[in-house]
Amino acid sequence: MAAILLLGGWQAMALSGLLFRDVVPPLGALAAGLWNVIADPTFWANALITGGELLAAVLIGGMLGVATGLALGASHVLSAAFERWFTWLGPTPKIILFPVLILFCGVGPASKVAMGAVSCFFPLVLSTAAAVRGVDPVLLRVARSFRARPWQTVLKVYLPATVAPLLNGVRLGFGVALIGVLLAETKLSNQGVGFAVMQAYARFDMPRMYGLLIVVVGFAAAVNVALGHAARRAVGATSKKET
Amino acid sequence: MRRIAPLFGLLAICLLIVLLQFAIGAGIVDEYTVPRPTAIAAALPRLLAEEGILTRFLTTVAETFAAGAAATLVGTGLGAALYRWPLMRRSFEPWVAVLAAAPLVLAYPLFLVLFGRSSSTVVVIAFASALPPVVLQTVAGFSAVRPVLLAVGRSFGLGRAAEFRRVLLPAALPSVFTGLRLALMFGLINVVGVEFLINLGGLGALINDLSERYDLPGTWAAIGFVVLVSVSLFTVLDGGERWLQRRR
Repeated sequence: MAAILLLGGWQAMALSGLLFRDVVPPLGALAAGLWNVIADPTFWANALITGGELLAAVLIGGMLGVATGLALGASHVLSAAFERWFTWLGPTPKIILFPVLILFCGVGPASKVAMGAVSCFFPLVLSTAAAVRGVDPVLLRVARSFRARPWQTVLKVYLPATVAPLLNGVRLGFGVALIGVLLAETKLSNQGVGFAVMQAYARFDMPRMYGLLIVVVGFAAAVNVALGHAARRAVGATSKKET
Repeated sequence: MRRIAPLFGLLAICLLIVLLQFAIGAGIVDEYTVPRPTAIAAALPRLLAEEGILTRFLTTVAETFAAGAAATLVGTGLGAALYRWPLMRRSFEPWVAVLAAAPLVLAYPLFLVLFGRSSSTVVVIAFASALPPVVLQTVAGFSAVRPVLLAVGRSFGLGRAAEFRRVLLPAALPSVFTGLRLALMFGLINVVGVEFLINLGGLGALINDLSERYDLPGTWAAIGFVVLVSVSLFTVLDGGERWLQRRR
């Protein structure tokens, strides 16, 4: 219902001639643009590159973030000493680090991975630390009474008990990593989806640009929904186990 | 131990900076990627005198507040409308959630076409990125108002408008403020980001300028300045939010 309303409004705007036809193309042109993007093998080559960068970014930034978050969450002293620095740096704009990351990692894909990893790192540190503090102390006491080693406590208590908030952290981290990677590609690159968007802009190929944006937004929304769903299922699983 | 821990953290970071200084001096860390901390500090007066960092700072702040204020006003209004008409909420809230998760800032070339390479582009992108989270936050805030309060209002025979003004708005004020905080946060991130990307206007463009001139101490100093600005903004907003929640 809402979708029909929105699409109808868009079409009316496109046909009214109030805005430039090139900027707000009619639905037919949009669909054609979207189809051209999907049917184009170079788009998939670009998508593969961006996807690889994104995956590497989420893995590197995510693992470092979870490790840091575990340390902060498990130790009162470390948390009191350092957690405020992460809270402060968390919401700062990360893209300004890009020129420095280019110096460290070169102009190739590595600097985009670094950009995404830095973006992804902070939300995961904070959500992991919060999740670890939310673990039921009884579980920890059980682990201690079984004389679990630190790594056993991490694997058998902390990780299973924090799956749901961790998945939510990954959801947030994935979103900002995607933005980081794509923006870095629009700034300086010769491949990837961000580069393809800039190419469409340079050629003033608006339907193609919309097509690319629709694909990216659709992908982001799909991953977001999937991770959110997984997090909710994990919540259901743990609460069932406890009762 | 826990009381002095923050001091310990600060000391550790200072120690790290001093170590870095010596590591660069000894040639362990390359001076041409990471300049000496003293050189970065020495670049700050130059940024003040030659690069007009203060005017750029004011540009960025003005753009952030324009986008943040607009997103708060429109977002709170839309959120209230979605709360008021459940049918609209059911049909549009999922779409707003999709937009909130979408990398809207990637559409900046599109906005460049629409608004030209101007300050208004920066503000509009920041506004568009900040709007969906504010709407979601507002709807959640209104929905979390205790039903008892609404029942009391109804028993006093309040009409729709009076109910909104006397019951809903005061009860949801803290979450409206959270919306404002979100709006300014998203606003600042996107303003600085877009300034950097299209090399126009305030602090983001300054960093781009300095790095393109390969002025590394200047780049690092400017990055430090931006971090300082955003940290102080968020600290003030956080304090305001806590104050409001305590007053409840």
